Amino acid sequence: MVETFTLGFLDYAIMAIYFFFVLGIGWALKKYMKSSAQFLEGGRNIPSWITGLAFISANLGALEVFGMGASGAKYGLMTAHFYLIGAIPAMIFLALFMMPFYYGSKARSVPEYLKLRFDEKTRGFNAFSFAIMTIFASGISMFALARLMEVMLHWNFHYSIIASAVIVLVYTYLGGLKSAIYNEVLQFFLIVIGFLPLVIIGLQDVGGWDGLTMRLNEVAVQKGYAAGTWTSMWKFMGSAASNPMGVDWMAMFMGLGFVLAFGYWCTNFLVVQRAMAANSMSGARRTPLIGALPKMFLPILVIVPGMIAIALMSSPDKGLILIGNNGQMDYNMIIPTMLVHYYPTGLLGLGITALMASFMSGMAGNVTAFNTVFTYDIYQSYIRPGKSDTHYLKVGQFATIFGVAVSIAAAYVAANFNNIMDFLQLIFAFVNAPLFATFMLGMFWKRTTGNAAFWGLLAGTTAAALHYSLTIAEGKGGWLAQWVEYPSGMAQGFWTAMYAWTVCFVITIVLTFFTKQLKTDDDLRGLVYSLTPKTHDETGIVWYEKPVVMAAIIGTISIILTIIFW
Amino acid sequence: MDIRIPIGLLFAILGLILAIFGLFTINDTELYARSLGKNINLWTGIAMLAFGGMMLYFATK
Repeated sequence: MVETFTLGFLDYAIMAIYFFFVLGIGWALKKYMKSSAQFLEGGRNIPSWITGLAFISANLGALEVFGMGASGAKYGLMTAHFYLIGAIPAMIFLALFMMPFYYGSKARSVPEYLKLRFDEKTRGFNAFSFAIMTIFASGISMFALARLMEVMLHWNFHYSIIASAVIVLVYTYLGGLKSAIYNEVLQFFLIVIGFLPLVIIGLQDVGGWDGLTMRLNEVAVQKGYAAGTWTSMWKFMGSAASNPMGVDWMAMFMGLGFVLAFGYWCTNFLVVQRAMAANSMSGARRTPLIGALPKMFLPILVIVPGMIAIALMSSPDKGLILIGNNGQMDYNMIIPTMLVHYYPTGLLGLGITALMASFMSGMAGNVTAFNTVFTYDIYQSYIRPGKSDTHYLKVGQFATIFGVAVSIAAAYVAANFNNIMDFLQLIFAFVNAPLFATFMLGMFWKRTTGNAAFWGLLAGTTAAALHYSLTIAEGKGGWLAQWVEYPSGMAQGFWTAMYAWTVCFVITIVLTFFTKQLKTDDDLRGLVYSLTPKTHDETGIVWYEKPVVMAAIIGTISIILTIIFW
Repeated sequence: MDIRIPIGLLFAILGLILAIFGLFTINDTELYARSLGKNINLWTGIAMLAFGGMMLYFATK
């Protein structure tokens, strides 16, 4: 039977105190919001330890907490690929090679960099697609939070949507990007302290790591895989059939490790915006590296609970049953189920507050990225150029209200899609996968032209949609024909991204030879590797704070973790 | 504004509440049956109090 519970006065008091602090941070920062740069760019004066934690926390939304917990149960430790090969190399590349262009060019957003490097239409394509995507992602977080509160606490779905929207709106409207970043740091620490006791108690319950491994070996054998499949990362990736993810090493290495990871971490303005708010060039370069350190250990908080849950569910003596929708087993409810299973009154309030914090950090991150792109790349570029800074500050504040309002609508749209993770992955693959090819050619080949970049990007996105339409996996895709059947939706997503990136890369190169470069070398200085003076760290930085040293340390730790859990 | 001050204050307040509640319910075996008999309110409260105190110390220092 599903466990039932009610929150006590203490649980609600913990929630109330937390939200008081969240809103208080927004209120305290209100007095600094005198210009559009302060409101939309955080004033570019935030220490790198703060931007580094915000870099990770902005990504710690619905997808991470629900999706990775579910994947931990379904695929085991293989899910940790999203935290190692699917994140660390891209973060190191962003820090060492791309931040100097983003930060040094004084572009206020990623789409604006595309305008400076290529042309207006390339910026427009990226700005509009990104704005739509962020609002949809914000809506998904809102929907997931409201559905969670409905299932767990029997709160009214519509009231939960409105309450979460109002809280996010108030603190992002009052304090802009800086308020979102500060709250993301607060939320990061709360998520760690809220979920860590769950992992400790859960591991104790299954007999430690050895006990968990033993139980998961039984799970693997029951499901027709080799023992050890649930507790290894690479060992069973020789073929797609030998692991529950249905992905082979090539799709994992190139699809996730190269195309999707670099496409997300290096070009997605949601995370890059945090680094661009840092107080110096070396601070901006350190931001992804500071974020990479906790990122490598996040699987302990979000994947291990899923692994513990599947081990407990397979043990009749433990009797863990997932909270589900209409009596059906719902893997997305693993983390909430574990909270209810282990936490007493008091800590339960803290755990649920941590869950709410993770959703709200995802929402606020998307809203603040949206209002910047809307103000600078859509409104200032196409609707009202040449207005005063005060005017754009007001537009930024209006865009925050507009963004939250459209997120509410998107939350109701998202209610029609069952699997949040698959749908996000699909959108992500279509739009983001080819983007890194455009950036790579733009930053490292000065010959690349604006026309080639635009049509290459369009061709890549079309290739993604076409590949998805001609292949099928788990009953999804295959809208036009079913030429290939993939063993899993994840494999289909990875291959879609690889096709999109390759088409974009090849088409951009070919078209570059047939189109005229309209930018001079002077135009491209600070935007292209070969025309930009080498970045030197500011004086007075101790050796271990130098980005190159930090990158070497992070890279070494990630390799050690990969070997340990091979 | 130094973000360490609100973080430190929040963790100290929540930690204090949890630790006090943990102390008051130290013999409540029914409450802690679900957490394998461990008084995790008390231990989490102490950990939060320590972290909050550390944040406030560095901010004021």
